[in-house]
Amino acid sequence: MASGIKDKVAILGMGCSKFGERWNDNAEDLMVEAYAEALEDSGIETNQIEAAWLGTAIEEQHVGKSGIPLAMALRLPYIPVTRVENFCASGTEAFRGAVYAVASGACDIALAVGVEKLKDTGYGGLPQRGRGSVNDLFWANASAPGSFAQLATAYSAKHNIPAGDLKRAMAHVSVKSHDNGSRNPKAHLRNKIDEDRVMNAPMIAEPLGLFDCCGVSDGAACAIVTLPDIARGLGKKDLVTVKALQLAVSNGTESQHNSWDGSYFATTRKAAERSYQEADITKPRDQISMCEVHDCFSITEVITMEDLYISPEGGAVKDIMDGFYDADGKVPCQIDGGLKCFGHPIGASGLRMIYEMYLQMNGRAGERQREQDPVLGMTHNLGGYPHQNVSSVTIVGREGA
Amino acid sequence: MALGILAIGGYLPKARLQRIDIANANAWFNPALKGLANGERTMANWDEDSVTMAVEAGRDCLTGIDRNTVAGIYMASTSFPFQDRQNAGIVADALNLSTRIQTLDISSSQRAGSSALLTALQSVRSAEGPILVSASEKRRARAASPLELTTGDGAAAVLVGEGEPIAHYIGGHTEAVDFVDHYRGEGEAFDYNWEERWVRDEGYMKIAPNAINNLLDKVGVSAQDIDTFCFPVAMRRVASGLAHKIGIAEESVADNLQSSCGETGSAHALVLLVHALEQAKPGEKILVAGFGQGCDVLLFEATDAIKAVGNRLAISGHLANGRPENRYTRYLSFNNLLTMERGIRAEVDKQTGLSTLYRNKGMSQKLLGGQCSDCGTCQFPKSKICVNPGCGAIGSQADEPFADKAAKLNSYTADRLTYSPDPPTYFGMVQFEGGGRLMSDLTDIDPDVELEVGISMRMVFRVKDYDVLRGFRRYFWKATPQYDTH
Repeated sequence: MASGIKDKVAILGMGCSKFGERWNDNAEDLMVEAYAEALEDSGIETNQIEAAWLGTAIEEQHVGKSGIPLAMALRLPYIPVTRVENFCASGTEAFRGAVYAVASGACDIALAVGVEKLKDTGYGGLPQRGRGSVNDLFWANASAPGSFAQLATAYSAKHNIPAGDLKRAMAHVSVKSHDNGSRNPKAHLRNKIDEDRVMNAPMIAEPLGLFDCCGVSDGAACAIVTLPDIARGLGKKDLVTVKALQLAVSNGTESQHNSWDGSYFATTRKAAERSYQEADITKPRDQISMCEVHDCFSITEVITMEDLYISPEGGAVKDIMDGFYDADGKVPCQIDGGLKCFGHPIGASGLRMIYEMYLQMNGRAGERQREQDPVLGMTHNLGGYPHQNVSSVTIVGREGA
Repeated sequence: MALGILAIGGYLPKARLQRIDIANANAWFNPALKGLANGERTMANWDEDSVTMAVEAGRDCLTGIDRNTVAGIYMASTSFPFQDRQNAGIVADALNLSTRIQTLDISSSQRAGSSALLTALQSVRSAEGPILVSASEKRRARAASPLELTTGDGAAAVLVGEGEPIAHYIGGHTEAVDFVDHYRGEGEAFDYNWEERWVRDEGYMKIAPNAINNLLDKVGVSAQDIDTFCFPVAMRRVASGLAHKIGIAEESVADNLQSSCGETGSAHALVLLVHALEQAKPGEKILVAGFGQGCDVLLFEATDAIKAVGNRLAISGHLANGRPENRYTRYLSFNNLLTMERGIRAEVDKQTGLSTLYRNKGMSQKLLGGQCSDCGTCQFPKSKICVNPGCGAIGSQADEPFADKAAKLNSYTADRLTYSPDPPTYFGMVQFEGGGRLMSDLTDIDPDVELEVGISMRMVFRVKDYDVLRGFRRYFWKATPQYDTH
């Protein structure tokens, strides 16, 4: 395997808009809101940025195609700007583009912006659109919750975990995220909930009820990245560097070959394995300080904790109920409130997750700041369906860790 | 070689709308409907039309028969989904028949089914093999009309040809009379009907006896020798009145299935014929008529081969496979008789690229997947590179039909978010015996019976999406729990 990008690139500045139903803002306004914060944090000027990536997934709903919307909104100085899309990993893809550009030596300072303006459809939930002219001929009439709901039955069957126990652990996942989100001024949902309320909520796609599903919102997040030496030259101390960036994409094995049992994410396992190798991590359960995983649905979070090799296979329910992933647990998960409380403006989510890791490592997470000094933070995105998806794993941490 | 019926099949939709619920809902408007409120009528699901029902009847009919031998398919209906696109051709594709066949739509009269059968019997001697005749009807009726109560949705299919028929064809006859008891004009969704008493006295009771007597004279069979008389009309006492007039024994009059099914329009002659053949004994003579602007009559005699007719659902199996439906508004909605608030999600454009469809119709209409000639792995859909992670051969796949493979349900859900004309949307991973799987729409799910992982599933050809902007509908296959076969 290649030597990877560990510690080759540092985060110079980050920003994140308030997430929510931003009825009075265009996607461009959200990008500027996140960018202004990042620019101030970085201490540089716009004309120092040499290349930019824009991550957005349902661009027909807001900015349209190409990198032009980002270049125009930020008035970027005729630099290369590329729009990337890879389902829910779109924000992380923008980050990957910028980080790889710097790591390759192609440029010194690069920008990644993710944005999504979803609350212009006239209805709740993700926009319902065509899935491609051939796919529409044969794909099931599936929504996201319906697809992810099927994980629950397969997981219960495989690990012999009663559906009620699993549903209770799923409820704990959402309760924990709302507790965390209540302490985050940028979160969309800031109310606390309890397990009974989750368990008794209206059903969306059995067994996923209303509170098992993340919200839909508008938002943007961004990162400015550079070489560690340049960051130090700009006066930055205690650098947060990129340790690993990995992506795995389904090739049809899960959806077309009978070898996959439907109870786990084959992609996440591969992306995690490669990430740990790239970051020199051998015992993730002991070494990862905190994580933000793609909790589009509570069941996704439950299963992802195993696919990231933090919980043993079949052991996530116990860890969750033991409080292992709570804000004061061993490895806090969604300490910012997660997709559950931020909602999921698709292109923004990956960068929003990295933003929280960055804040925590800089001691700037306000009332939700972790007491123990975080060393390594991991983020994860999962786009598509359990049987056919894109999974990304990002690890950032203190330089040299 | 003997000419006759080689095989039979049938299909009735699972839901059986209780007539009392129709009558009760409309009693404020027309209390007389209570007189028709006994029993139940078959009710097509939202994703069924005359093409999908013809496909199911055709599959049932072709059980155990090499489909490559079929030389033609005649489809009869007055409710074709397409005015100009051969509907029989869609059925032929779904049945994965060869392209070297004759396809023909026969329509414009309630006797389209019997005329299709008669035409097939007349032409099959010069064909290269047997002809499948599939008659199917999903007839629309206005809310609170008598027709809404007396009609039903359904299909029947017979394979005719030379060989060892289960019923020998003795002869047929047609009287063509432009007697307009009802009509459906160009662009009209519904029938316009004239007074029933006139239809009975001047139509059924005068035109049909003439046709039947002419046939009996022609073939030299006496009316007393008819063992089963199928007259596919809903109106009470018409068939028995005709039998009396002609001299057919009263006990020979076949049940018109009014109490359990309803009159399935132009399909009903074949529905009654198939139902009669299911119960026929060798040597018995069956007379079947079709009425509409004249009258067709056909006479058959069951042979010894009739004893081996089992192993299919036909009409009796489907009659036994019903589920009572009490929700009249569901029927109204499925038949576009009620303007429902479908929500913005329903507005997604369902355009089908015709070139896209043609290029992929093996997959979408025939449910053809692939089998790798290198490693033997079966997969759906077929692809240029084998899905088996241990193989990866390029260009190794041969067409592999999946429609009739045994399958099991791996996982499923009931989705209340995505738009469906019949929420919740059920879908799940269906795994085929011998390899291959599909995240598939599920249909005909009984909300009162819990689905279970591992149950046996069967693929059925259904409407996938209606493109209301362009008057198109695309078809694909869905999974449904396996019927109990008798």
